[in-house]
Amino acid sequence: MMQPIVSPHVYYWVYGALLALTLLTVGVAFLDLGPLNLILALGIAICKALLVMLFFMHLRYSSHVSWIVAGAGVIWLAHLLIFTLSDYLTRGWLPVGGW
Amino acid sequence: MEGNGALAEQFDDLAQQHEAASLGMWVFLVTEILFFGGLFAGYTVYRAAYSEAFREASHHLDLLLGSINTAVLITSSLTMALAVHNAQEGRRRALVVFLLLTMIVGAVFLGIKVTEYTHKYEQDLVPGIRFAYGGPHPGQVQLFLIFYFIMTSLHALHLTIGIGLLGVLAFLAWRGHFSADYYAPVETSGLYWHFIDIVWIFLFPLLYLIGTH
Repeated sequence: MMQPIVSPHVYYWVYGALLALTLLTVGVAFLDLGPLNLILALGIAICKALLVMLFFMHLRYSSHVSWIVAGAGVIWLAHLLIFTLSDYLTRGWLPVGGW
Repeated sequence: MEGNGALAEQFDDLAQQHEAASLGMWVFLVTEILFFGGLFAGYTVYRAAYSEAFREASHHLDLLLGSINTAVLITSSLTMALAVHNAQEGRRRALVVFLLLTMIVGAVFLGIKVTEYTHKYEQDLVPGIRFAYGGPHPGQVQLFLIFYFIMTSLHALHLTIGIGLLGVLAFLAWRGHFSADYYAPVETSGLYWHFIDIVWIFLFPLLYLIGTH
């Protein structure tokens, strides 16, 4: 059995959602929400990326091996960002000279 | 590729062959995440350190063109998804048309990007080539623009490669190389194209939308 063929209507809905989310992210960027601005911008970007991965990239219909590979990429990226920031953001917490 | 010729001998069936091709592309895309991830991590560190200057620098990007380009790239992802759909259905003419459409929309994105780069040059905002900045934090603004130019130009390079790939596919499709049984190159090139879209989905808010409020 080959990959199931997805109806083009699904693609149109995903396309509409992606455009709506783009408008939303531009819209909320004009409001001053403090730290929430960054969280919303990244949250919307993650939603858009998930829509593209699940439907356009057929991940929703793919084998679990593909999920593991895609997940490995995301988890690696999270490691890179979290461990980098855990260094840079915590510098100065302790009174150690030379930084 | 005729009849059972679509199936290479090392695979049990067409589904397994197709899955192997897609999986290989996903593994490649993970290495691409590592590639762009380093730049995103560097950006994150300096944005945390110089958030005020990065907000100020972001004002100098063209939000309207950036937003239009986001919509343009999403549109190209839709036409790419429809190209893959028509490949699955074995519709040769529609496949060629959607591949060409995707190439054209991708080229529109690149054209708008070139316009933006030209404006930056005219505004003396190209670090290392032509840079003059009167506001506060000139060095840190320059750093933001270096991230902007390197990240967007590497993204544009990927898109250019993608357009070339689709050109080859359109030629092969026109020659009748693909069928409902064998369209893995269209599927995997689609994965690559959508990945480029995802990179832009993160570049857009991180570069264009941090100084608007």
